[in-house]
Amino acid sequence: MKDDKRRGLLEKVLKDHGYQESALLEILHGAQEIYGFLDKELLTEIAGVLNLPPSQVYGVATFYSFFKLRKPGEHVVTACLGTACYVKGVEPIIAAIEEEFHLKRGGSTEDGKLSILQTRCIGACAMAPIISIDDVIIGKATKEVVIKHIKQVLGETKAEAV
Amino acid sequence: MNQHTMKLKIDGIEVECVEGSTILTAAKAIGINIPTLCYLDGLTPYGGCRLCLVEVSGTSKLFPACATPVASGMEVTTQSPKLYEYRKMVLQTLLAERTHICAVCIANDHCELQAIANQHGVDHVFYERNWSSNKIDSTHNFLVIDPNRCILCTRCVRVCDELEGVHTLDLKFRGKNTDVIMDQDEPWVKACSCTSCRKCAKVCPVGAIYIEGENIEYTKDPDVAAFIVERRKRLK
Amino acid sequence: MGSPVKEMLYESGGFFKKQHRIVLRNAGKIDPNRIQDYIAMGGYTALVKCLSSMTPPGIITEILSSGLRGRGGAGFPTGQKWRLVAQANNSPKYIVANLDEGDPGVYANRSIAEADPHAIIEGMLIAAYATGAEKGYIYIRKEYPLAIQTLQKAIDQAKAMSLLGDNILETPLKFDLTLRFGAGAFVAGEETAILASVEGRRAMPRPRPPYPANSGLWQKPTLIQNIETLTNIPLIIQNSAAWFSKTGTPKCTGTKCFSLTGKVKNPGLIEVPMGITLREVVFDIGGGIPDGKKFKAALIGGPSGGCLPEHLLEVPIDYDSLTKVGAIMGSGGIVVLDQDSCMVDTARYFTEFCVDESCGRCTPCRAGLPRMLEIFQKITHGQGEFSDLAVLEKSCHFIREASLCGLGQTAPNPVLTTLRYFKSEYLHHIENKECEAGVCFKTRDEDEPK
Repeated sequence: MKDDKRRGLLEKVLKDHGYQESALLEILHGAQEIYGFLDKELLTEIAGVLNLPPSQVYGVATFYSFFKLRKPGEHVVTACLGTACYVKGVEPIIAAIEEEFHLKRGGSTEDGKLSILQTRCIGACAMAPIISIDDVIIGKATKEVVIKHIKQVLGETKAEAV
Repeated sequence: MNQHTMKLKIDGIEVECVEGSTILTAAKAIGINIPTLCYLDGLTPYGGCRLCLVEVSGTSKLFPACATPVASGMEVTTQSPKLYEYRKMVLQTLLAERTHICAVCIANDHCELQAIANQHGVDHVFYERNWSSNKIDSTHNFLVIDPNRCILCTRCVRVCDELEGVHTLDLKFRGKNTDVIMDQDEPWVKACSCTSCRKCAKVCPVGAIYIEGENIEYTKDPDVAAFIVERRKRLK
Repeated sequence: MGSPVKEMLYESGGFFKKQHRIVLRNAGKIDPNRIQDYIAMGGYTALVKCLSSMTPPGIITEILSSGLRGRGGAGFPTGQKWRLVAQANNSPKYIVANLDEGDPGVYANRSIAEADPHAIIEGMLIAAYATGAEKGYIYIRKEYPLAIQTLQKAIDQAKAMSLLGDNILETPLKFDLTLRFGAGAFVAGEETAILASVEGRRAMPRPRPPYPANSGLWQKPTLIQNIETLTNIPLIIQNSAAWFSKTGTPKCTGTKCFSLTGKVKNPGLIEVPMGITLREVVFDIGGGIPDGKKFKAALIGGPSGGCLPEHLLEVPIDYDSLTKVGAIMGSGGIVVLDQDSCMVDTARYFTEFCVDESCGRCTPCRAGLPRMLEIFQKITHGQGEFSDLAVLEKSCHFIREASLCGLGQTAPNPVLTTLRYFKSEYLHHIENKECEAGVCFKTRDEDEPK
């Protein structure tokens, strides 16, 4: 993992932030964008470069819900759990996705194709309820539309694989 | 005296102390004992346990005596029915949070939480208790950590960072899922940065960190922090 | 995510009639990516006025007499805060602009950053000149990619025009501005937690005093300011304090932005004069409740605000009136609930939110809130007892008074207000094991206490 060109990109992120320990959050953001998630090996590396105790870096990475320490699925569905979305019924949509694709919120399907995550308000409340699928936002979402869209996205990967 | 001194009143008694002292030390100087758990002389105050909350005239807010600096003319109340009630609730909340069963705890009779709960007449816990069953880590040669007895006072984290200087210990996650970790949440035996100095076991107020096979009476030595700080002054 | 809000643009009807757009003056009117547009609308003239004809104490006096209070929730007088930082005897000094808008249902600050980023920068520059700060951070949620992009572009443009950096506009003023990204922690909006986060640590609040004005970032004097507050600054300087204080109420001047959401016909971002009633907001601007349903409650102030019933619709929206009825201004969210919402479930939802977002430092919030949530699980699953209500209430007072920071101190508000105004719903859940709104008593595994 360390020898590929992603290592070079990480080096650039570290350098851009002047190897400052106060930029730890920015550096973790950068690392997550490059690698997709933050595993222990990567955190050790960052701790080493910034000269920070590994426990402190791990403590920061686990404090903030935006940082992922496990590999997410190939496609990620994110459900907004903000108040407006809750009031407008995001809960039954999540339940329907869980049932349809056999996975639990916060987790991935067995084949690693799909994950479902929950996020706090993404600030598009007038469009509630909000579900995003791989960064495409579906506003005023309904079960049917969301499930159809997920199936489409999953179908596309199959097509590509063939 | 070179240092600037100031006068304040604690429970009606006038006390003069140097600028920068906390309400807790000012009270101690005149023999007023305020209960504490996360506070430890020699470590940076944490202000987390909320046992040492006191009332300050002129505001309805409560302040942690351990972390609040004195101010000139301040009038502090350390004992009131409300404070007593809230201290009891802090104790009950801590007892309900994880698995605290004194009879089967190594720190029985040498536990600060137990002693303060006794002093405050805590004879029951009004919340339904949450029996945590987290894994005990006894992989280290002699140090053991039982997260089920941890009250997250962070004395161990602070002593490891501030006095031993290696920062092996820290916290992971947040809120009710917070826990003490070694390095990157490794089993203790694999935490390379740990020097096995035992200070964490010495300062733990409860039975969460202890030394296997050693009588807890010998292990517990919370004064070690202040002692080290005092001795270090010689180096400067 | 974060694309312009076409759906929110209501061209006709009462949506705009009762609004008073000061903070949102340029929203939708200028291209946020062009500094020239901002300048054409009179942008940066307030800064020029400050640098050419006003002294730092003079600016602080002007802000003080405008009556502007912090829009982040607590309502602390802005001028006083500036004075404390200006008088602090230590350097360097810092400014942190708080764009961590973590309240569910609130997006006013994001909209300002996306629509009018230079107003924020100008507000920060004036604050820097007045307080002597040399370095600023805008702490923004990573969940706001468009706002981040817009702000970064604005900072670059300002730098290129010598509005940031050394010798700003050929004066000795020096100010550097950097973006810092949040990472999904509601508590990071608390003023001492945001400092820990900007320093790259776990966003755990610490006891105050010492206050950030004396000992903030790296123990140096630090001014922490909300985005909406900063956006007001250039206007006060341009038009005078007297002009500003004409809007609103005597003790609560100016306007306030709200994200109006939930069961209203016209949801959206609104800006209203302080002192407007809740009824005007919900019915005149929001257009009332859709589908012929009945108004039940308005949640004001986010997860730590209060649930106000119909008979409090005449309450004027200002800091003091809201506090009196058990709500708070918060950072500006109003969620309207109709008959289909259950107030017990709503209080449960907010308690769960605060349990998830507690930092874990102090006992009442970390260990007390989860016990409250367990009681809610009991009540909403048909196992509630009447004695639970007393335990809930006792816990609320304890957590409110004994917690370390604003999160814990306000977390019980939704529970206290629902207990106060909707007690019959709690009783109905316990006695009849029935939820009139039809929300509770469904088996949902994920709701079980862990």
